[in-house]
Amino acid sequence: MLGQKGAETVCKDVLTRAGTDQVEVLFMVEDQSLTRFANNTIHQNVAERNGRLMVRVLQGKRIGLATSNRMDRDGLDALVENGRTNAEASAEDPDYPGLPEPTEYSAIEAFDQATADFSPEARARAVAQVCRLSGEKGLNGSGTFSTGTSEVAVANSQGVFAYHISTNADFQTVVMSGDSSGREQGSGWRVADIPVEFLGETAIQKAEVGRSPGKIDAGEYPVVLTPYATEDLLNMLNYYGMGAQTLLEGRSWMSDRLGERVMSGLIDIWDDGLDPNGVPMPFDYEGVPKRRVDIVQKGKVNGPVYDRITGGKMGKTTTGHAPPATMRSLGPMATNLFMARGTASTDELIRSTDRGLFVSRFWYTRLVHPRDCVITGMTRDGVFLIKDGELTYPIKDLRFTQSYVEALANVEMVGSETRLLVSEFGGYATRIPALKIGKFNFTGSTV
Amino acid sequence: MNTLMSRALDSAQMAGAQYADIRVVDSRSENIQVKNGVVETLNSSESLGFGVRVLVDGAWGFASSRELTAEQIESVSRRAVEIARASGLVRGEGVDLGPAVKSLGSYQTPVEIDPFSVSLEERLAVLLAADSEMGRVDGIRVRQGNLVSIRENKWFANTEGAFTEQTIIETGGGIIATAVGESEVQSRSYPTSFGRQQVTAGWEVVLEWDLPGNAERVGNEAVALLTADPCPTDVTTTIILGGDQLALQVHESCGHPTELDRVFGSEAAYAGTSFLTPEKLDGFRYGSDSVSITADSVRPYGLGTFGWDDEGVPAQSTPIVKDGNFVGYLMSRETASRLNKVSNGCMRASSWNRIPLVRMTNVSLEPGEWDLEDLIADTDEGIYMATNRSWSIDDRRYNFQFGTEIGHEIKNGRLGRMLRNCTYTGITPEFWNSCDAVCNEKHWTMWGTPNCGKGQPSQIAHTGHGAAPARFRNVRVGVFKQQ
Repeated sequence: MLGQKGAETVCKDVLTRAGTDQVEVLFMVEDQSLTRFANNTIHQNVAERNGRLMVRVLQGKRIGLATSNRMDRDGLDALVENGRTNAEASAEDPDYPGLPEPTEYSAIEAFDQATADFSPEARARAVAQVCRLSGEKGLNGSGTFSTGTSEVAVANSQGVFAYHISTNADFQTVVMSGDSSGREQGSGWRVADIPVEFLGETAIQKAEVGRSPGKIDAGEYPVVLTPYATEDLLNMLNYYGMGAQTLLEGRSWMSDRLGERVMSGLIDIWDDGLDPNGVPMPFDYEGVPKRRVDIVQKGKVNGPVYDRITGGKMGKTTTGHAPPATMRSLGPMATNLFMARGTASTDELIRSTDRGLFVSRFWYTRLVHPRDCVITGMTRDGVFLIKDGELTYPIKDLRFTQSYVEALANVEMVGSETRLLVSEFGGYATRIPALKIGKFNFTGSTV
Repeated sequence: MNTLMSRALDSAQMAGAQYADIRVVDSRSENIQVKNGVVETLNSSESLGFGVRVLVDGAWGFASSRELTAEQIESVSRRAVEIARASGLVRGEGVDLGPAVKSLGSYQTPVEIDPFSVSLEERLAVLLAADSEMGRVDGIRVRQGNLVSIRENKWFANTEGAFTEQTIIETGGGIIATAVGESEVQSRSYPTSFGRQQVTAGWEVVLEWDLPGNAERVGNEAVALLTADPCPTDVTTTIILGGDQLALQVHESCGHPTELDRVFGSEAAYAGTSFLTPEKLDGFRYGSDSVSITADSVRPYGLGTFGWDDEGVPAQSTPIVKDGNFVGYLMSRETASRLNKVSNGCMRASSWNRIPLVRMTNVSLEPGEWDLEDLIADTDEGIYMATNRSWSIDDRRYNFQFGTEIGHEIKNGRLGRMLRNCTYTGITPEFWNSCDAVCNEKHWTMWGTPNCGKGQPSQIAHTGHGAAPARFRNVRVGVFKQQ
């Protein structure tokens, strides 16, 4: 890792090379390691040291981008030259508001030395516990344990310089029998916060109680969703509609619904890059400070997150959610999402259900239709029939086709505990509770 | 380069590795995106680095770095060995790589026009012309176009004596028109969805695709879809799938379940496993007599076309499904040896900083004998569906559900009214056994899938899938209830 001074030096080197051109530099360096296990053995174990520089060169209203992982003298020369060449070839961009001016941002603690120093041997010893416990039960343990450090800096020729260093740790395991599986995951920026052995034991227990699943007819059922399943609802609603770009283009589930109550009054959703209970990041990829955004309040659609481009077009102020310049077509997106906790324990969610399904997790979910955020996907790693307020027997995995907006409209109870999870796509964190939803549409089942 | 790579192999062996390989990858890409007449992205990207993979006492380790210096080469090689020793704390039964791989040589994608030799202005002009044509259609809210050019130089060496060098060139491009109505959003894409068609070839393919020449039609179809009748709800009928949709059907329901690492559980915690377990090999009816599927890395244009895979195994062609029978897997050296077979060259890494995994090369449905016109004329009732819009399949690759951008009713052997929001669902072997006709070579296209995710840390692979339209009987359609 280069540290704040090292990052500043590299960024200054780039800005100096740009001469009189207006330039923005995005600096990202990482040292990541991941231990992967399957069949109760470590089968893949990898480490990566990488760094990337991205420049946005402005020549009047024309913009050129260039990206490189070379930080030597020749690499920096080529980077700036490529950005300049692209700007010269480009057409004028009437939408880009110019580089931002410096703004104070709050530094946030998200670095843990123990996580940065966590060794391959330490990861292997942690994984060994889960493999041993799985093996003792005649089960098949698999999963990953990753740790790493990332540095992000943004600088521009208007004087912006923002720097953030963070660590990350994530453990996930799927434990399988011949016809069942259980999954657990823990994420955070302190490796010590992840109870690997407990998560492994819980996954093992779920795999054991999930054996010999029965079949159930497709149809509408009340469901109790664990936080792993709730996470998918939030991720999809984010990707397909919590950013202003989707609203601007008329394809957000928020379109024509701003100010309306479209979800249960129990639902509060917000994004807060400064909250250390998530995976905090104090500024966006233009160096603009992040602000808390209340996206849904008591079921009412309050509004999306903005960057400067969409804010400018829609008469709003940026909320500090600009994506990297190369991902501009995606528009701004929430990155540190929270759903408010309720008051019910998971047992109470189950006890309140006469007949329904307990869903551990959704998988391979994809958008079927944008306006109501209709999603199809499968259940995975444990579905159980709830009868008279008790879990009875496991069910084979089901396919659902369901509007996620409608699902959150039908929320009847919210769990009292939240869990922090990092998205499989990386960089996006959610802290979410379990939910009880009055009806959920299952459209098929698997073999 | 040779000296640096040898240094890595020597360092790894000195540190205790029984086997080691190194890949150096120097890649360059250019990406242009235009939206509503604005050039949103004009980016040149470069990435250089190396990865060292080692086997120590039957356990794997891998380390990588962007700094291609003698000092880093040695340090990273030692780090890979250290990681392998940690893997050894929870090791399995050991690793048998089968016969030694000693490939030597060089390979380059054949191109007529190097895409990097075409000026940025000329490339941009294609997208702006297409944008302008889409703009002629009333009702189009979002117009998008993009072009991608990739050149990847890759060097591979192992401790068994292999040394290969290859240059892979990819060219991609496409347009999307999106129309927005009162409560409806519809998009049409060309040549296919998710942004673009992509192949191993040069700029000549962009000229063939003629994006501007297809832009107005694409726009008109998107607008027409807003008011088209919805796909019938929950009926069982005959469907004919267009080649671009079928390409993804092959990818998801044949390509992934035949990856032998999945079969052995390597992806269990993430991408899932497979219903095509080893006892089914050479004894399972995957599809009807009309269904033959091949994995190859030699056909022109395929995104899985190369000289050698990332273990140095030469490109080749192997049957996966022959006349409906399941006969082959996609294999690495390690997984193949577990079945007493030899790798068919399917180990691929997305870049220098990732280990190779068993990946699809070009997994293609072989052409049949039908003309599309004759096939439609031979169909009394059904739906023709084209261009993927959504896709989902379970973790063993049985239960799938797909949606397409556009559909047309088939009635009495003719294409009829346009249908929107078409979906169909099924169980993989039942579906492929219901296939009773595949169109001929004239309708067969090598489609590119440049967004195939697998592995942790995540890897995005580029795979090829040749397909022509085909007919399936008794398929459940209209899963999505709509107004």
